Amino acid sequence: MPHRLSRPGRRIDPARALHFTFDGAPHRGFAGDTLASALLGAGRILMGRSFKYHRPRGPVTAGQDEPNALVGLGQGGRFEPNQRATATPLFEGLTAISQNRWPSLEHDVGSVNARLSRFLPAGFYYKTFLWPASFWKKVYEPVIRASAGLGRPPEGPDADRYEHLHTHCDLAIVGGGIAGLAAALEAGRAGRRVLLMEQDTIWGGRTVTDGAIDGTTIDGLDPAAWVARAVDDLSAMDSVTLRSGLMGAGVYDHGYLTAHERVADDRPGADAPRHRLWKIRAGHIVTATGGLERPLAFAGNDLPGVMLASAVRDYVCDYAVTPGRRVVIVTTNDDAYRTALALLDAGVEVPAVIDARSQVTGALPTRVRDRGVEIVTGSGLRAEGTGRVERVLVCDVTGDGTPTRRIACDAVAMSGGWSPVPHLWSHCGGKLTWNDERGFFAPDPDRPPVGADGTGMVSAIGTAAGHMDAAACLGQADTPVTQPVERLPRPTWIMPERAGPALRSKMFLDYQNDVKVSDIQLAAQEGFVSVEHAKRYTTLGMATDQGKLSNINGLAVLSDAVGRPIPDVGTTTFRPPYVPISMGSIAGEARGEIFQPLRRTPLHDWHEANGATWEPVGHWRRPYCYTRDGEDIRAAVSREIRNVRENVGLLDASTLGKIVVKGPDAGRFMDLLYTNMMSTLAVGRCRYGLMCSENGFLMDDGVVARLSEDTFLCHTTTGGADRIHAHMEEWLQTEWWDLKVHTANVTEQWAQIAVVGPRARDVLDRLGGMDLSRDAMPFMTWSDGTLADLPVRVFRISFSGELSYEVAVPANLGRALWDRLLEAGADMGVMPYGTEALHVLRAEKGFIMIGDETDGTVIPQDLGLHWAISKKKDDFIGKRGQQRSHMTDPDRWKLVGLETLDGGVLPDGAYAALDDRNANGQRKTEGRVTSTYYSPTLKRGIAMGLILNGPDRMGETVTFPGTDGKVHTARIVDPVFYDKQGARQDV
Amino acid sequence: MRRYSAFAIAREALRHHTGWERAWKSAAPKSRYDVVIVGAGGHGLATAYWLGRNHGITNVAVIEKGWLGGGNTGRNTTIIRSNYLQDPSAALYEKSRSLYETMSQDLNYNVMFSPRGVLMLAQTEHEKRGYLRTAHANALQGITTRFIGPAEVKKICPIMNIDGPRYPVLGGLWQERAGTARHDAVAWGYARACSDMGMDIVEQCEVTGVTRDGARVTGLSTTRGDIACDKLGIVVAGHSGRLAEMAGFRLPVESVPLQALVSEPIKPCMDIVVMANTVHGYMSQSDKGEMVIGGGTDGYNAYTQRGSFQHIEETVRALVETFPMISRLKMLRQWGGIVDMTGDRSPILSRTPVENCFINCGWGTGGFKATPGSGWAFAELMATGASPLTAAFGMERFREGRFIDESVAAGVAH
Repeated sequence: MPHRLSRPGRRIDPARALHFTFDGAPHRGFAGDTLASALLGAGRILMGRSFKYHRPRGPVTAGQDEPNALVGLGQGGRFEPNQRATATPLFEGLTAISQNRWPSLEHDVGSVNARLSRFLPAGFYYKTFLWPASFWKKVYEPVIRASAGLGRPPEGPDADRYEHLHTHCDLAIVGGGIAGLAAALEAGRAGRRVLLMEQDTIWGGRTVTDGAIDGTTIDGLDPAAWVARAVDDLSAMDSVTLRSGLMGAGVYDHGYLTAHERVADDRPGADAPRHRLWKIRAGHIVTATGGLERPLAFAGNDLPGVMLASAVRDYVCDYAVTPGRRVVIVTTNDDAYRTALALLDAGVEVPAVIDARSQVTGALPTRVRDRGVEIVTGSGLRAEGTGRVERVLVCDVTGDGTPTRRIACDAVAMSGGWSPVPHLWSHCGGKLTWNDERGFFAPDPDRPPVGADGTGMVSAIGTAAGHMDAAACLGQADTPVTQPVERLPRPTWIMPERAGPALRSKMFLDYQNDVKVSDIQLAAQEGFVSVEHAKRYTTLGMATDQGKLSNINGLAVLSDAVGRPIPDVGTTTFRPPYVPISMGSIAGEARGEIFQPLRRTPLHDWHEANGATWEPVGHWRRPYCYTRDGEDIRAAVSREIRNVRENVGLLDASTLGKIVVKGPDAGRFMDLLYTNMMSTLAVGRCRYGLMCSENGFLMDDGVVARLSEDTFLCHTTTGGADRIHAHMEEWLQTEWWDLKVHTANVTEQWAQIAVVGPRARDVLDRLGGMDLSRDAMPFMTWSDGTLADLPVRVFRISFSGELSYEVAVPANLGRALWDRLLEAGADMGVMPYGTEALHVLRAEKGFIMIGDETDGTVIPQDLGLHWAISKKKDDFIGKRGQQRSHMTDPDRWKLVGLETLDGGVLPDGAYAALDDRNANGQRKTEGRVTSTYYSPTLKRGIAMGLILNGPDRMGETVTFPGTDGKVHTARIVDPVFYDKQGARQDV
Repeated sequence: MRRYSAFAIAREALRHHTGWERAWKSAAPKSRYDVVIVGAGGHGLATAYWLGRNHGITNVAVIEKGWLGGGNTGRNTTIIRSNYLQDPSAALYEKSRSLYETMSQDLNYNVMFSPRGVLMLAQTEHEKRGYLRTAHANALQGITTRFIGPAEVKKICPIMNIDGPRYPVLGGLWQERAGTARHDAVAWGYARACSDMGMDIVEQCEVTGVTRDGARVTGLSTTRGDIACDKLGIVVAGHSGRLAEMAGFRLPVESVPLQALVSEPIKPCMDIVVMANTVHGYMSQSDKGEMVIGGGTDGYNAYTQRGSFQHIEETVRALVETFPMISRLKMLRQWGGIVDMTGDRSPILSRTPVENCFINCGWGTGGFKATPGSGWAFAELMATGASPLTAAFGMERFREGRFIDESVAAGVAH
């Protein structure tokens, strides 16, 4: 049985007890424990259930690569599923629950799948659940979904916060084992800016625990002392940054590295971000990420109590717990003998070491043999037991599994040898090479991932590069190392090697997903011979450990099944992150209000305080309308419209884009940018302009003012400002780099208020300071001046058909101007209006709105805007596009007004339908509604639309089927519904 | 072909599954075929399948540079819908969606088509109006969609935060009969059916040249020898430009990385597919329990099947905002594919300037959903010279300005 040992553990502090619960039962562990070590210490080995067959499982590792011991952690807004118990630091009050079981971990109904496993081989679901067809959605899929999945979903909004940290360095070293420390010392001494990170909370990697077992010395020191000295030396270097608890997660193009720091996982509720995502630009990346031990594929290798040999000695030495009282060791290499020594030193019985090699003569095995432990050579085994391992049956490793003896035990420590961790090397295309002697893939130094300069941007060192002893890991550092010499391992992929189908169907490769040797062989038999096919067909390597334990064994089995060498079969692609990282950390701080930070005009707070109903427009919010007591939205909009037509309204137009185009070639540039002739615009004048895409489609519009001979101010739509500025810059920088022009987006520098309505001039006159009369300031002009002692620029332009001035002031004076206008116009009925009133006002006048009348498929000619397209210019963006045959086709959908026969409002987005159908059986259409409103001015529905040859069909009726089954009939009319002569704006 | 069924599994279980045969035969290329399809992804295999089923053409080879289904077929987020705005798109995608409904039975291979419903969120007034327009168009196109309000959105997707604060949900366009399918199974099921009709599926066979007799295509050179054919169909997604160059014409296509990611698996918590275009992200839950997440394309052209982390960050941020509970899930894996984008973001199913050479490409970010319909239509085009479903998708439309622009309504994601 697992239990706590009465000996010290390197990581734990027995003086500090910590209390926690697992599935509601109270337990006690020590500071420094992981959840898994504490549960083992409490006598518990069963910690999880597998994904497919719901088999009972105990921990198989002592780290992040754990596939079995996954639990739900925390409560409420801090609940999180699928936490590795083996990498979860214990803290006071921790609450954990087991997963993927019902009703309890011990008694799981889903384990019936294990009994049926013979009927549920790899890919069985592709072959069945076919009839009746309707059952997939209603019966089969819901049952499969409920049985699959692991932990239960988080409950709601996350109670914690996260942050990003940006940094850069000459050298980022991932992995704080002896190789990483030595590399950091060397680079640090050379004065380079080094970031050294280690995913564990302590430094030194495997060498500290292993070296204490086998008596390794480095530079005359025991490894722990050497590591402590190295960390001290590095801490004293200004150019070196050391971070433990920071995991290198992913390598991206151009030396970009992400790393994940668990800041406060063990302090729920602390005033700190829970995780921190590091975004690092590194001149060079060194991966010193060490190795991963491979399990062995023998029958019964998934029973609770079967663990990696390295994990067993970590539990014994670091946490003072043992998974059992009698531990059999099964290995293909010398390294596992360290586990035997650690168990013997801790007083745990080791009845035998089963070694696949026929000759076992290394220094470590000799020490074990000298301590009276039997070494059974040339052998393999299978494990048996109910709910946990109870015995092993030893057999010839090259045979078919006939047992030669039986050994009672309550745990098995297995080692299939070690593989380098190549993930970060491979994320950006680093290639691997197969080491046949030791049976692993290692980074090929001749084929690294390349950076922007075409040279390698990642190097692998230490065990990650395939070096399996301390001296080699320290490389040319010239550091004297004493360490027992290890003999070569015997790569062994299944055990025994001629096992029949019954045994192979009990040899687990991917523990979590229950992929067995027989599944890979079935995949190969059915033609899924590419490693990617085998993975996808069997789900090998797709579990939460992403194949860290299973991939090499799996592809070796595949290689054998298809009769091709392992390097020809190859690996699947290594993808970030190395270990799964929280979505919260990826999202970072930007959530809630600051997810896409809100842009606020200088008048935002006034709107908020005065009843604005908001509408998101781009990254801004604009008032849709301002409701008063007892008013609904529709009533408010109607009131605002009537007031503009009858008195005077104020609109916050600050969000409209304002881009300055300046330089000796500004006129030439403007002529290319707009369809209109802009270079002839006189200083002091305004002109309504159109911008088209290269394909000729109308993309933005707005009023251009010529500020001086070499300066234009371009107004754009609110949503278009940033896009149009980028568009200008793209053309200037990539095509017309010879033009002497600068552009600047000054949208936020100005507050702009539209004063609109028959009393507009009266209100402004009352502010005093400028002559705004018709003669002094005609329509489509602008002027600088002072109003109410504020410096202003006034544009006499109109988007409503009313007498209208747009007054711009420096942004910090916007609120002052707004207040003065409200004050001055109080007795004239001045009131603000929102975007919906703006839309109705312009629709009553037949003015188009970008995004309503246009959708990226409409050319200005469709909208009757021929007058704004210069015929005199050689070129402008979109000119050639508009000459394509479909664009010049006279039969196009064109802008008209639409009036329902009954005065009602046409449904938004409706299409004008014909009775017949096209070749694909769809109803033919002849147009669509682009804008539709109730006009309080005209007291009826009005609409604009694009109708086939519409301007030639005035007075005809067209029909619009609604989605509610009603059919609306409308008459084609002129799009200008109100004040057709334009008398009201030119007064 | 031995048929798959629960009975067949039971029978095989008794003999340790030793009786299963290869799903598709491993073929070496012959020297001549009536039709050669380049590209054994879903679209290429579907084309071959319908050439056989609908047009009786079975002397067909589908050749593939790598492993079957290894491109975008095996990398996408498996969304199937047909709520498109423009008539030609709607016809093609609806044909495709309807073929998905019977695909498992047609192929005797469970592709797990799950008509769980797709919801496209409206989070601005402008977006809402766009979807109202789509709903009107769909009604005339014979596609069942409807615009639903925020309360119904919350009811069918309880894990969604509909109250903002940044972009409150104003409703959504709901297509109840849309859904997802198992992407790999689509390729495998078609490959098995094609192989059963006597077609050759040749993997690990890279095209090195296209041979012509004047303006007419006569065959291919490949890494596994020369192959003659009467008709050639190029169905290679991100590498279309390179194949077109070999055949001697140019395509208005750019290749861009598109990324996706999955979370670790959890118990069922989301029964539908949600696409949120204002914030740029979409999500569904696979039958395995993983949250499957996608977003926008990378900003630069490339052939690398990976992308920049910035896009992962933006997508995850958008979805954490929309589904706050995923903040405490972990990203298990991210990956990328190469999507072939045309100028109007709609595909090309077309004859080419080279006689008897046809091209099917430009599916951009939305090709998986079109797989069976694309194959159906492209097979008709190749066999008969015309198809009502492909009529609008000819490559000459870029010269004429006859674009099929779906971005009008769909925003970022297809």
